[in-house]
Order: sequence, then structure tokens, then C-alpha cells
Amino acid sequence: MKLHRITALLVRHLYLYRRSLPRIMEIFYWPFLDLVIWGFITLYLARYQSQVPGFVTFFLGALILWDMLFRSQQGITIAFLEELWARNLMNLFASPLKPSEFLTATMAMSVMKVTVVSIVMAGSALLFYSYNILIVGVWLMPFVLNLVITGWIIGVFTTSLIMRFGQEAEVLAWSMVFLFQPISCVFYPMEVLPTWLQMIAWVNPAAHIFEGMRTVLSGGASPLGNLAWAVCLNGAFLVVVVAWFYRTVAYCKEHGLLVRVGE
Amino acid sequence: MAIPVLKASALTKRFGDFVAVNEVSFEIRPGEILGLLGPNGAGKTTTIQMLLGLVTPTAGSIHMFGLDLSTHREEILQQVNFSSTYISMPQALTVEENLCVVARLYGISDRARRVNDIIKKLEMEEFRSKITRKLSSGQMTRLTLAKAFLTEPRILFLDEPTASLDPDIADKIRSLLKEEQRASGLSILYTSHNMREMEEMSDRIIFLQRGRIVAEGTAREIIDRFGKADLEEVFLKFAREQRQAS
Ligand SMILES: Nc1ncnc2c1ncn2[C@@H]1O[C@H](COP(=O)(O)OP(=O)(O)OP(=O)(O)O)[C@@H](O)[C@H]1O
Repeated sequence: MKLHRITALLVRHLYLYRRSLPRIMEIFYWPFLDLVIWGFITLYLARYQSQVPGFVTFFLGALILWDMLFRSQQGITIAFLEELWARNLMNLFASPLKPSEFLTATMAMSVMKVTVVSIVMAGSALLFYSYNILIVGVWLMPFVLNLVITGWIIGVFTTSLIMRFGQEAEVLAWSMVFLFQPISCVFYPMEVLPTWLQMIAWVNPAAHIFEGMRTVLSGGASPLGNLAWAVCLNGAFLVVVVAWFYRTVAYCKEHGLLVRVGE
Repeated sequence: MAIPVLKASALTKRFGDFVAVNEVSFEIRPGEILGLLGPNGAGKTTTIQMLLGLVTPTAGSIHMFGLDLSTHREEILQQVNFSSTYISMPQALTVEENLCVVARLYGISDRARRVNDIIKKLEMEEFRSKITRKLSSGQMTRLTLAKAFLTEPRILFLDEPTASLDPDIADKIRSLLKEEQRASGLSILYTSHNMREMEEMSDRIIFLQRGRIVAEGTAREIIDRFGKADLEEVFLKFAREQRQAS
């Protein structure tokens, strides 16, 4: 891997964000709006749901952590879509850039996005609801890292689908992650799911992180077990989706799709 | 005779049952401009895309600088570049920003100077700070040519490079290509539907028809072999034959 090729892609995206209001809004405005709207709804519901202990804490924490996963996935998929929209894929794939460097650059983009979004959301939560995400304590960092990796997995998977099926599959960039939301048990514990769905949720690394978050916030036991599951599942899925991405690139070259994907 | 910088052997591409390129073999020598001619759908773009590693050949091999493209992609593509009227570059970036990104991508060390030089060379000063989206199609073509020259390639693939340029700029680009060929020994694979341009530019020409090479030689040799007045007439003969066959 060559660092200069990875930084070339990063610089290209930073140039893009520097003068594009809609792209800046995607990082600042929407996460802020999400938090404000859902935050106030949470406060309102909390009045009537007092029997659920720590309702506000759970809900706001979940909201912020979910957004990190979402933005991490978007960081990957949108970076690819930007190249597709710009009809720049041919320039990239006919250069010495390797698929691994392309993926690394999009992952770095996703980390940058998540960092900014986290600051916006955590800051807004503190300002509007006096809610400090740091109450999750030392577990916060490992939780976030795992959610970012789950975001990458969904992002690389979605990117491969768009590459394979072309622009018609573009809508997946925004919708795919929401397929995972019900089985990520973001706002409710896994036990509320029907048994068959619990089995599916069990293999979703994000579900273990949100379970872990609730364990920590309710002052319960250490979430090490949840974290271990999340790490193992993330590791396994990351290997699988990256391998699949490579296969997709090879398939597209075989069928001449790489040069037609933007058409 | 000099060792070829590019050697394509029995290059074949099938898309399902359709054979787009059929056992095509050719070489490009150092400092040579090879014209690739053929009617629409003859397989020119598919051939170039295989040479750029964008499309995997069904059969055959590609060697550049003595290296096999299937195993030395990175080393080869570092020394190769291309320009086509059909590609674009990131629209929201300025011309200069786009060139800087390309310079980084190819690991060019003195980026600012090289970008400046190429902007001057292609007379792009007046639109160097313009957002790419706002360029005219001729300016866009110049930008894609600039990105191709910027990396100082040893082989350049040019797919209809002068198609959207006004005659004055097109003439300048042709002179520039000739100049680079002489000065740095640049080898060029060139496609164009402008037969006069092909005659003027190419040291040698390959004619493709339905994915196969049907004629090869200097423009003069080809014209004489088919007993035609000029390259345009030879082209029309092959184009009509292809149309009748399909
Ligand atoms: N990805 C693909 N899948 C199926 N068929 C393809 C694909 N790419 C090209 N073809 C077919 O292969 C043939 C050769 O196409 P190609 O674009 O190489 O021709 P060309 O000589 O460059 O034509 P033009 O002068 O119009 O650019 C055409 O019939 C085209 O439809």
C-alpha cells in the first residue's frame, strides 16, 4: 500500500467538502437535527414512561451511537458514489491505485466523518439536554470503534452492490443500513424480539454493542462478553465483505462494468 | 529493431457469446504513434480498456516494458496514462485541484511546479481556477489531456483526444504530442474518426473490423494495398462491410 495514493483520495474529498454546502450539511445539520427532534420526543415520552428506568439516558445514548454507525457506513458508500457521480472511477481504476488503497481511503473518510458527527451530536446533547455521552465511561471508545467497523462492513457491502448493479442500486446507500436497524436492537433490548429474530440479531455485531451500552448505563455487570462477541463478529464479517469487494471488482472487470457503472 | 514498449498477443474479449475483440496482436515501439482505426463497435475502446486493466481479457496477454499486465499492474500503470473524450474528472474541484490530486495519486514529488508547467504547456491559465463543472467541452478535453501528460507517462492511450477541440487548439495538441514523442520518446496509441488527423499523426495504423485486425501498416501502405485515394476511403470500405455483415 502506498500512502500517497491514499492521501490523494482524502485530499480530493476534502477539496469537495470545502465548498459544498449540501455535503457540509450532511455532517453538521442532519445529525444535529436528528438529535434535537428525537431528543425532545424522548424527553416528552419520558414523562409517561417513568417505569422504564433510565429511559432518556438509554435513548439519547443509543441515538448518538447509532448515528456513528450510520455515518461510518455513509463515509464509505458516499465516497464511492462521489467517484461514480463524477465519472471518475475510470481515472482511478486505470491508475496504480489498488482496491485495498481505495478501501483504506474510504475508511479514513468514514473515521473523519464519524469524528465530526460525534462532536456535533455529543455537544448538542450536552447543550440541549445536559446529557453527557461520557457517562458510558471507559467502554465508550471500544463501543464506538466496533460500531465504526460495523458501519464499514455495511458500507463495503453496499458499495459492492452498487458497483455490481450500477446506479439503480444507488438508493441502497441510504436504505441498506436501516435494514440492519431493527436487528441492531438500538432502542430496545434483544429480548423483546421474537426468538427467530433474536437468532439473527445475535450475529449482528451492532446488537451486542447496544446490549453492552444498556448494561453499562443500567449500572449492571461488565459488558466484556458483549464486546468480545462484537469484536469476533466484526472481524469475521470485515474479512468476508472485503473479500467480496475484491471479487466484485474482478467481476466488474470481467464484464466491462467498471467503465459503465457511472452511465 | 527496438524492443516494443507494448506487446498485445492474441488479445480476445468476449461478452457472453459476443466477441468484441478477436485474437488481436500488435506491438508499439518506443517513440511510436500507433493509430487504432475502425468503425463504431469495432472494438477500439474495449482494446484500450484491456490495456489499461479496466477490462479483463478473455484470452491473450498484454506486456508493457517487458512486464505482464496481469501480474505487474501497479508498476505498469504508474508509467501509463490515458485521455478520452468520454471520461470526466471530479466536477466540484477546480482545474488546478484536480491536477494536484492526480499528481498525488501518481506520487509526483514537485507537484506545484509540475502542475504549473502542464497548465502553461496546454494554455490553460485562464481557466486554472475554474470549477471543472463550468468548463466547456473543449476545456474539459484539455484538462483530461493535462492529467495524462502530468504523470510523464511512457505510453499514452488517447481515445479521440481532439474530438471536441476547436481546430486551433486541436492543432496545438497535435503539435504537442509530436513534440513529446520526439523529446521524450513517448509512445502513443491513438484513436480518432478524423482520417486526415490519423494520416498526419500515426507512424503506423491498425484497422479493426468486428474485433479483428484487417489491415496494418503505414497510412500510405494501407491506402495503396486497397487501391484507394486516401484513408477515408479505406475507412468507408471497412465501415460498410461491417455494417452489411451485422
Ligand atoms: N461491457 C460490455 N458488455 C457487452 N458488450 C460490450 C461491452 N462493452 C462493449 N461491448 C460491445 O463490444 C463492441 C465493441 O465496442 P467498443 O466500445 O470497443 O467499440 P469502438 O470501436 O470503441 O466503437 P466507437 O467508435 O463507437 O467508440 C460493441 O458492439 C459493444 O456493444
